[in-house]
Amino acid sequence: MERESMEFDVLIVGGGPAGLSAACRVMQLAQEAGEELTVCVVEKGSEIGAHILAGTVFEPTALNELFPDWKEKGAPLNTPVTRDDIFLLKNQEKATKVPNAFVPKNMHNHGNYIISLGNLCRWLAEQAEQLGVEVYPGFAAAETIVEDGQVKGIITGDMGVAREGSEKDGYMPGMELRAKYTLFTEGCRGHLGKRLINDFKLDEGKDPQHYGIGIKELWDIDPAKHEPGLVVHTTGWPLNESGSTGGSFLYHLENGQVYVGLITDLSYSNPHLSPFEEFQRLKHHPEIKKYLEGGKRVAYGARAIAKGGYNALPKMSFPGGLLLGCDAGTLNSSKIKGSHTAMKSGLLGAEAVFEALKEGKSGEEITSFQKRFEDSWLYKELYAERNFGPAMHKFGNIVGGAIAFVEQNILRGSLPITFRDTTPDYATLKPASKCKKINYPKPDNKLTFDRLSSVFISNTNHEEDQPVHLKLTDPEIPLKDNLPKYDEPAQRYCPAGVYEVVEKDDGSGKKFQINAQNCVHCKTCDIKDPAQNITWVTPEGGGGPNYPNM
Amino acid sequence: MKVLVAVKRVIDYNVKVRVKPDNTGVDLANVKMAMNPFCEIAVEEAVRLKEKGVASEIVVVSIGPKASQEQIRTALALGADRGIHIETDEEVQSLEAAKLLKAVVEKEEPKLVILGKQSIDSDNNQTGQMLAALTGMGQGTFASEVVVDGDKVKVTREVDGGLMTVALNLPAVVTTDLRLNEPRYASLPNIMKAKKKPLDSMSPADLGVEIAPRLTTLKVEAPAARQAGIKVADVAELVDKLKNEAKVI
Ligand SMILES: Cc1cc2nc3c(=O)[nH]c(=O)nc-3n(C[C@H](O)[C@H](O)[C@H](O)COP(=O)(O)OP(=O)(O)OC[C@H]3O[C@@H](n4cnc5c(N)ncnc54)[C@H](O)[C@@H]3O)c2cc1C
Ligand code: SF4
Repeated sequence: MERESMEFDVLIVGGGPAGLSAACRVMQLAQEAGEELTVCVVEKGSEIGAHILAGTVFEPTALNELFPDWKEKGAPLNTPVTRDDIFLLKNQEKATKVPNAFVPKNMHNHGNYIISLGNLCRWLAEQAEQLGVEVYPGFAAAETIVEDGQVKGIITGDMGVAREGSEKDGYMPGMELRAKYTLFTEGCRGHLGKRLINDFKLDEGKDPQHYGIGIKELWDIDPAKHEPGLVVHTTGWPLNESGSTGGSFLYHLENGQVYVGLITDLSYSNPHLSPFEEFQRLKHHPEIKKYLEGGKRVAYGARAIAKGGYNALPKMSFPGGLLLGCDAGTLNSSKIKGSHTAMKSGLLGAEAVFEALKEGKSGEEITSFQKRFEDSWLYKELYAERNFGPAMHKFGNIVGGAIAFVEQNILRGSLPITFRDTTPDYATLKPASKCKKINYPKPDNKLTFDRLSSVFISNTNHEEDQPVHLKLTDPEIPLKDNLPKYDEPAQRYCPAGVYEVVEKDDGSGKKFQINAQNCVHCKTCDIKDPAQNITWVTPEGGGGPNYPNM
Repeated sequence: MKVLVAVKRVIDYNVKVRVKPDNTGVDLANVKMAMNPFCEIAVEEAVRLKEKGVASEIVVVSIGPKASQEQIRTALALGADRGIHIETDEEVQSLEAAKLLKAVVEKEEPKLVILGKQSIDSDNNQTGQMLAALTGMGQGTFASEVVVDGDKVKVTREVDGGLMTVALNLPAVVTTDLRLNEPRYASLPNIMKAKKKPLDSMSPADLGVEIAPRLTTLKVEAPAARQAGIKVADVAELVDKLKNEAKVI
């Protein structure tokens, strides 16, 4: 098919911290050298920041490098962290505060800020545009263009296609965006990144990537209970009841608001588990409830995180481009922070690409990237925490935490062995019949809510008449295998209630229903389906959540 | 023939509106904003008129803060030729919007002015009518079809219980209803080109209009949460409840 085509020097797929940092840096370098470059960022969200969801306690290291004058430029870092509390929740009532001396060094947040990462991205996009970058929200990269073994760019998604595939009024075919170098910064489980890792065997010899699903809410709370800069982390209950791991966060930001959320490791084994319901339960714990009670929920969202760290980090260069940020997996899982590392990877990527362009290269693999990466603080940071995740998976939060504690505080990352964690998250489920059912309480609509009213305040929207963007390789598997064996876990792990097993209208049995318009683009189904039968692809550009201040 | 289209920056229709805790208004901080959907229909209609060779130039105008230029750029990407931004951070009520638009009409002398029938933020449904009154132009509101024929325009209006067709002498004011057309998507190359199209910025004072709101907002409140429904056993109970509890029959 003939498509319109545009050419750039550098094309960036995904307007998150990694992509926008790369865009700004490559333009800064060009301006310093007095050269003109064309740089384009495409973003599937309806605007920059619309799909960004993180905690967020933000470490300003990479931002300091990119814009040393970020304060004067008005970057939205308004609330310095003032205090860190860590609680071990034993059960639904009891908690032990972890004494300060035992808090792993990495968990201290002095010098960090509580921010909305979405708002930081909005600001970064403004800086990028001022530097001359073309930023295009509302356009999803649907396919890569690969010619002669080299990535040459991407094709944006078609607009105006009906559910069954026909062209509607106003149909607009996607365009080819070609570039000398394409940087993929789609964040965790990028759908093109996943293919690139496969096609270019970037993960050869690496451990499988590991993930968590983070669910988060924004609350207005009683001003009397609000303490700007307070950071609270918990671990243990409610996940420990089902032998699962993860942790919660509660951050007091500006304007009398708090972020509260739970990250559930997707290596969980009990298929009855619902990360959404676990999070709802958590809010009833006294240590959390004491802040939220009397408050009002404002926003909701969910997103997967890639937390395999160093051991799972794929090779980041391939002919025609680089894979950066959480699309590769640069998150520091012992700190649960990935935005500063994603930004740093973007800076390194920009520097490598700029050098290649200066040498007159176009599309040849930038093999020097690895060296540049290894010489950076990013590499040192990820290498030092390489044992954290696997130790947690192997030994659980408590013993694993102790090992990580000793390693990070006493040995400073120099433990001579490396733990590995080689079971991918989709393969950890046990049969439903062998696991304890979990009875989740009904929502009280004060502290806890159901999924539909939650998705409602994620402002999620997709044009309804378009092809379903959650593709089943084999449409039979959900009912034939997943249902009898695992009670189809998609019904529970999806934080937006997209998947349902329902009775057919004519009473002739069950069907697997996909409510694709509710999807918040978290990517959990693509990760956790035990048969790896669900593939997330890009819906029409602009669709998905519209997160404000998340 | 020159067509003037007015567009407004409003909260995106996908966003669940949230009232500020102090009840002074709707929270717009970092909330997604977009072109008012009825204005999009107005732009689309103008572009179709241009494609048919009826319109020769499309000028879009928006009144509002600096960021309203985004919506003007969107209109330019959809096919408008030139933009006018009347920049103000004040609240602009319908009458002032109409006065400002009148000043623009006097400067630009368009043959046709197309506006949305209302903006989805305040739902006033007044600006088009006021503009017609202030300028003395004829008005065809709630249009579901617009046919320009020589120096006349035939407008099919969506009125209660049916359709009404009016013929107006040009110049005239038309406001759009939902069924007039389905707006197109802006393509990437057109978004790029739109960045280079001319956009004039001016202040209300430049047009000799003073922004002086005549209405004061006392309080903004979210609608009360809906009570849960109940199941009735039979028709008799239903009638009884309607009569004695709800007191509606
Ligand atoms: C619940 C939770 C809490 C977290 N807490 C913290 C924290 O406290 N501190 C911290 O530092 N980090 C935290 N993180 C991690 C942090 O969010 C990520 O590390 C960071 O966002 C990664 O940045 P990125 O640019 O690589 O990807 P992302 O931020 O995911 O951005 C990717 C962008 O690309 C877009 N995109 C994806 N695919 C396409 C496509 N095909 N076409 C067009 N656009 C596309 C997406 O819409 C998105 O805007 C948290 C994450 C979660 C989920
Ligand atoms: S359908 Fe998949 S990607 Fe979408 S919200 Fe559900 S789990 Fe997340």
